[in-house]
Amino acid sequence: MMEFGFRLSPSSTIDLDRADLSLYRKIERLEPDMKTCMACGSCSATCTAGQYSGMSMRKVILGLQRGTDVSGMLSCCMLCGKCTMVCPRGINTRHLILSICRTYEKK
Amino acid sequence: MKENVIIIGGGVAGLEAARQMLSLGLRPIIVEQSDHLGGHVACWHRLFPDMTPARELVAKLVESCREANIFLETTVQSINRLKDGYAVMLSNGVNILSRAVLIASGFKLFDAAKKEEYGYGVYDHVITNRDLENWFAGAEDLRIPREPKVFGFVHCVGSRDIKAGNTQCSKVCCMTAIKQAIEIKEKFPGCEVFCFYMDLRLFGKKYEDFYLNAQRDYGIRFIRGRVSEVSETIDGRVQVKAEDTLSGKPLKIQMDCLCLMAGMQCNPSATSIADMLHVEVDTDGFLRSKDNIYSILESQKPGIFFAGACTGTKTVPETVAEARAAALSIFNYLSR
Repeated sequence: MMEFGFRLSPSSTIDLDRADLSLYRKIERLEPDMKTCMACGSCSATCTAGQYSGMSMRKVILGLQRGTDVSGMLSCCMLCGKCTMVCPRGINTRHLILSICRTYEKK
Repeated sequence: MKENVIIIGGGVAGLEAARQMLSLGLRPIIVEQSDHLGGHVACWHRLFPDMTPARELVAKLVESCREANIFLETTVQSINRLKDGYAVMLSNGVNILSRAVLIASGFKLFDAAKKEEYGYGVYDHVITNRDLENWFAGAEDLRIPREPKVFGFVHCVGSRDIKAGNTQCSKVCCMTAIKQAIEIKEKFPGCEVFCFYMDLRLFGKKYEDFYLNAQRDYGIRFIRGRVSEVSETIDGRVQVKAEDTLSGKPLKIQMDCLCLMAGMQCNPSATSIADMLHVEVDTDGFLRSKDNIYSILESQKPGIFFAGACTGTKTVPETVAEARAAALSIFNYLSR
């Protein structure tokens, strides 16, 4: 096959009509507190793994809401629980992470 | 003899001020340009945060102003400064002398059709906060589908928008959007409801509780990003584009109905009265108070007072409080 050096870039647009939100719906039922996230970023700022690995609880929740895969980020979590301590909405983020991991395993 | 005080505007501010003036022994005269009292609030359905029926509040105010002189469908033709007071000529030919004038002419809702990219008046299912409120109050509106599956709210339409001529935050729309989103969810529990916001400015008592309820109990989804454009799909739905600024990616979604949260502007009739009186208009288009901390209700001219949204965007309770304070200020001014 000839290589012309042209490529098609995939669209980065989030299409909420096509997004698969089944995982989000499942976790929403298990962890209703997740819905109260206001994306303040406290969890990500305090995350011990965050600055080295890109782990961000805020982005995990956002990714679930947009139907993207967040399992890579979660594998960097050390379950220290600092994010739970700082969350102003009182979301048990550590518990949430475990629930998300369990739901992924079942998938 | 009881002293006349002219109140320009028969909305919540004008009515509450008149009520207080009556109890202070003055003779309020309300001049209202429309055919009803209660202003915008008379057209709303329920008021946050207690979800009080707006009709109840207006009925209560109107009832307590029965002793006041009220001219409906009347405008101010001219105001002349006298040695001690003002001579006000009304469109119905009545001439009134008064030592104090209260401007309570309120706001005008931003015309959402001016934001052409949102397609208000062009697409079949784009409405405004006012349309939705009227619909909740019982009016028919064919733009609202019978069973919407996806419903959206666009915050800051004509607010915080220099090109739309409004730099100010209209301040009540965030809360109104959340209130209306909850009401939509109550009417259509299976409907997905989205709010597109830049900031959520929920400053008032219980407003944050509403936000939390909207998220937790109603599953309303908040997307940070201003809607950039709206188009119509071939099957007549509304296609919305925005940036999801938290993901840093463009986002699109189709909806069955989109509600634009139109903001507040100063009422043009307030500006024309300001013109007659040589009262200054502030840089935000609202009337200029003597100062914005201690003398918000006073103009630069003696005997000219303000109450309510003519000096800036206000909530109903703020307007009521200002109206009471203005009535007292006028009473003190006249008793000097």
